[in-house]
Formats: sequence, C-alpha cells, structure tokens
Amino acid sequence: MTNNMISEAMRLSGQEIELCYHCHKCAAGCPIVDAMEYGPDRLLRMLALDQRDAVLRSRDIWLCAGCYTCATRCPNDIDISAVMDALRQLAVTEGYPAGERDALLFHKLFLGVVQRLGRSHEAAMLGLFKILSRVPIYRDLGSGVALIRRGKVPILPEKSGAAPEVQQIFRRSK
Amino acid sequence: MSYSFYPGCSAHSTGLEYGLSTLATFQHLGLELEELDKWNCCGASSAHALGHHILSLALPARNLAIAQEAGRDLVTACAACFSRLKGADHTLRNDPEVRDEVESVVGFNFTGEVTVRPVLAVLYEDCGLEKITAHVQRPLTGLKVVTYYGCLLVRPPEVTQFDDPDDPQVMTELLRAVGAEVKPWSYATDCCGAGLSLSRSDIVYSLVDRLTERAREAGAHAMATACPLCQLNLEMRQSSKSKMPVFFFTELLGLAFGLSEVKNWWTKHLIDPRPLLRSVGLAK
Repeated sequence: MTNNMISEAMRLSGQEIELCYHCHKCAAGCPIVDAMEYGPDRLLRMLALDQRDAVLRSRDIWLCAGCYTCATRCPNDIDISAVMDALRQLAVTEGYPAGERDALLFHKLFLGVVQRLGRSHEAAMLGLFKILSRVPIYRDLGSGVALIRRGKVPILPEKSGAAPEVQQIFRRSK
Repeated sequence: MSYSFYPGCSAHSTGLEYGLSTLATFQHLGLELEELDKWNCCGASSAHALGHHILSLALPARNLAIAQEAGRDLVTACAACFSRLKGADHTLRNDPEVRDEVESVVGFNFTGEVTVRPVLAVLYEDCGLEKITAHVQRPLTGLKVVTYYGCLLVRPPEVTQFDDPDDPQVMTELLRAVGAEVKPWSYATDCCGAGLSLSRSDIVYSLVDRLTERAREAGAHAMATACPLCQLNLEMRQSSKSKMPVFFFTELLGLAFGLSEVKNWWTKHLIDPRPLLRSVGLAK
C-alpha cells in the first residue's frame, strides 16, 4: 500500500506528514483559514484518511497564500506550505477543476509571461487576467489607472536579454 | 563596499519607489549596488505554487549563477525575490541530488560563494546604526510608524536566517536610528494576503483592514515595509475612508538623510503621504 494519498503527498513534498499529531497550531496561525473549507490541519488528516477527491477539489489548496506561518510553527517541522504546493501539482496533473479557478489562472498567466519575456510584465498579465478571470471587469479599474498614471505599470515590456536562457530553463525543467 | 543588486520585477514597476529609494540611500551611504546583468524573474510564488519544483529552483538559480560570476554578495530589495533566491541557495547547499539537476538545467556549477541578503541586513550589518545616524540631516521626529515585514523576509527561519521570525527588530532599529517613533505592535509578520489580491481581493481587504486597524491602535500614523507586494496590497486594499500611508523603509531613510529625490517617490504612492509628512513638519 504505497500509492495512497498520504504517501504520494509525502513523496512529492518531501515532508513527513505522518508526524502530524493535530495540535492545530497551523490552523490557529493560518491567515486565510476563515475563508477555507477545512484549514491546513484537517487537510493533513484527510490525506491520512485517503480522501483524495475532497482534498484535490477543495478551494483550500488554492487559497493558501504561501506565508509559511504553518511551516514555521509546526512542532514536528512539517513544511505544510510545501505540502500545499504538492497538492496543487497533483490537482493540476490529474485534471481536477481548481477549487479557486482564478488563483490557478493567475499563476498560469504569471508563468506564461515569465516564460516568454524572462521577467514579469504586469500590463500583459493584468490585461489577460481581466479578460479571462471571473472577477468583474470593472473591479480595480481605478487602481489600475492610478498605477499606470504613476508609471508603475509600463505598457511595453522591458528588454532584459534574459528571455532565451529562461525559455531554455522552462524547456529543460519539464 | 560593493554588491550585486537584484532589483526584482517590482522595483521596475509596482514598487518603483522602492527600487529608486534603495539605490539612492545606498549611494548616499557609499555602498555600491551593481545591477545583475540580464537577471530574470525569480518565478515568484507561481513556479512553486504549481508544484514545478525544479523550475522554481532553476529560475532563481540562474541569477545565483550570474552573481557567482560577478563574485559579490547578492542583495535584493524584494522580500519575495529574497525568499526564492535564498530558498534556492539553501536547497543547492543541502540537497546534492537536486543540485545536480538544477545545475544541469541552468548550465553552471554552484560554488556557494555568494551570500544572498536582503537590503535590510546589509544596512544593519555592514553599514551599521552609528553610521546611519551620522548621515541624518533631518531627524524623523514626530513621525509615528509601525514596522511591517510580512512573511517572506523572516519565514521559514532556517532558510532566511534573518532577524527574529516572531518579533523582528532590524527595521525598527534602523528607523529609530533616524529619529522615527516606532510603535510596538504584534502584527509585524502577519500576512497581507500576498498573491490573492487579484483573485480574492475580499480576503486581502479583510487582512489589510485588520493590519491598519491594529497599526492605528498602536498609535501609528503610517506603516513602514520592506516588501513591494505588501506595500501595494496595503495601499490598494484599505477599505476605510481614512487611508494610512505605507512607506518603504528606504524612503524614510532617504527623507532623514535630506535627499532631494524624495519628492519624486511620494508621487508614486497610491495613498499620498505628503499630508501626513506636512503635519509633522517633514514636507512642505
């Protein structure tokens, strides 16, 4: 029995999830827990109970902000942020619809821009996010305009000279 | 002293005044920052959030490779870039198997000679409080701030190896050294919501509102930060009518040093800090 959920998550994340004794310190410190369905502690328990479907469908894995509060406070040194990374990876590879569709969209757009240009380019990324996400198109328009007027969202991307090597890194990392 | 400088994408865009004020204060203190040639994005949270483990290490590692060539410590302003660069450095030092893979993806040999450091650490450790105080032309007397680090400068501590992850002091000491009144509070390392700002602004509004509320309770007029994403979220996601300005700590150092460029930084803010600065006699 090596292919159950917990061993898969342990292998991918490199974390000894089985050490969790459910002290709830991760959940107590998590800044996003109020918006989550289960919270980090219950997610770890669900892994142990092999509740694959519920875990990979949950919005929690997409809501994790990657703040490392849980990882820093865990008395058993489980880097729960790394577990969350592994769970998102599994959810994407196995074709689960992301529990927070726009969070996945944001990461994909960001990486897409970096892959092409070598650096981030806010104007391209924000424009595409506006068009493709379910966030109402009028939201944040005021702030967007204010940022553009302050020269903080350049319309044209920077020529970094890094793009060809970065594209190679993307190809080789597959 | 001279360093390789990794500005990160934000210092050229949404965190423009952070990049500008970092360069100006370093120059004023006689610390040389040379921008890393042809640097690339560190992958931010997106590369590892999607579980692209090797990519999330190879992107920052390419910058480590360039810094290794340059042969100087690598200084970065952005907290998220610091986390990715230092995290990759930590993995390359401690995991030989992954190191081999990342080395072959990037095409370099990792020597470990370069130390990755945040701007805060360089100012505190290499320049020192005494020298910083000696440069003060205009003490920030009467300016009441709380210092806000956010997550990635101090967590996870075994990687960042910087300051105290629960009660960090470096920014506080730097700002006190230039005369600011830094108020104690317990939220310096609470999360602002980071990359959720676009997809779930509701969550970020509630986190930011709590932070600004606590900052007011602590008696602060403003917050000082060392992270461009935190600063953007903090200025963009306040829902209350009275808005609290959020400074980059380097801007406050520049103000105390009497640098003339400061006026170009204030106009970059989404929340204009000039009324506050005027009220305490620090701007015209």
